[in-house]
Amino acid sequence: MVNKRLIPVLFLRDGYLVRSENFSIHQILGNPVTQVKRYNSWNVDELIYIDISKSELYSPRRNDLGEGETNAFNILDLIKVVSESCFMPLTVGGKIRTLDDIHSRINSGADKITINSAALEDPHFIKSASREFGSQAIVLSIDVKINGDGRYKVFGQHGSRETNWTPENWAQEVENFGAGEIFLNSVNRDGTAKGYDIELISRVVNAVNIPVIACGGASNNKDFVELISNTDVSALAAGNLFHFKELSYPMAKKYLKSQNLNFR
Amino acid sequence: MKKIISIIDCGMGNITSVRNAICSLNFEPRICTCADEISSSDYLILPGVGSFPDGIKRIIEHDLSDPIKEFVKKGNPLLGICLGMQIFANIGFEFEERKGLGFIEGSVTRLNLEPFGFPLPHVGWNEVTFRNSVLSKGLNEKESFYFVHSYAYDDSNASYVKGTCKYGLDVVSVIEKENVLGVQFHPEKSQSSGLKILNNFLTL
Repeated sequence: MVNKRLIPVLFLRDGYLVRSENFSIHQILGNPVTQVKRYNSWNVDELIYIDISKSELYSPRRNDLGEGETNAFNILDLIKVVSESCFMPLTVGGKIRTLDDIHSRINSGADKITINSAALEDPHFIKSASREFGSQAIVLSIDVKINGDGRYKVFGQHGSRETNWTPENWAQEVENFGAGEIFLNSVNRDGTAKGYDIELISRVVNAVNIPVIACGGASNNKDFVELISNTDVSALAAGNLFHFKELSYPMAKKYLKSQNLNFR
Repeated sequence: MKKIISIIDCGMGNITSVRNAICSLNFEPRICTCADEISSSDYLILPGVGSFPDGIKRIIEHDLSDPIKEFVKKGNPLLGICLGMQIFANIGFEFEERKGLGFIEGSVTRLNLEPFGFPLPHVGWNEVTFRNSVLSKGLNEKESFYFVHSYAYDDSNASYVKGTCKYGLDVVSVIEKENVLGVQFHPEKSQSSGLKILNNFLTL
């Protein structure tokens, strides 16, 4: 059987690795390249990079890259550097709007890409992307927030614009258009360490047949076990948890395997 | 004398990650695109993603079919990865019936997952059980590797099959027939276990 996956997510802003909270607060954590070497040495299942920079070019003023490191000024350079030392599946998202954007990322070493706002504007983009690159390479990133009426709604533009879509309906829509996977993020739980939104995640998992990667709110190993025991999710993703605690990834893996859960 | 390792590039997908993985093992592979480079190699790797007919078409267009066959006749080790391994078969049935390179008496068909209701392609980490495989030397009898495919060799009991994984049915994951070897998964994306497979091949 296919193993469940545990995936570190790295949010990048202007060339820095950042910690994210409710999609609005971003605290700088440092060098994305050094970080990937740590993850690689931990034998991670997969890495997801999401570029949430507002500008195309990274800040030329940054001096966080250590001596001897290649300086990465845009996402493509970063992917190239990462894939030289990264022998695992690599997913890259953020600001992907055209087939050329996808092509350039895959050519630089990404295995999969995520699409979010561009798909909300034109769902046919999912179809043309999966035809060109195969559905296995197309991950639909879905950001969900509880709106003013207390209902789950899909939000675009990095969690800032409400749409009419419920998470279940949008998930089914993107599956029909050829998405290979769903990366589901809860804006309300992002960076809060309150645990995963089990209700939201099970609604989406039950609505589709494609794998769902769940993100947002994980604070400890118990949160992973709770999500795995209560939903049929394919992958558990977390950002902050892995950044702040030394060895948290290998220890989480060890714990999950000790619970007889299906991880590698 | 230093062994010459060649990775065949005839446009069957991105070969950079395979080269990066081999470089990390302190080998210096070269990318090869023509017959002369194949005949002067000690080790040959054929990576590939895409469809069976397209893969074979590219090999033929680049006039590489005969050089690869000559290379195998000499007894030098050849490793196919994913589609690269599939086109070693006699015959493939992706979109249409097509002859392969014919190193392996077998056929490549679409995974029949209907009875299990599993999605295609088969993507993700899956645990391979080895059967006396030379590629798995030093690894556990069961190890997980990263797969992305919809087609596979259709006879998991054939003598050349040296490893399978479970995805509803038994999926042929490793083949070895004398100096012709292949893996259905991506060793270049399978962390330390995958690097070990590549290292085992390059020290045969």
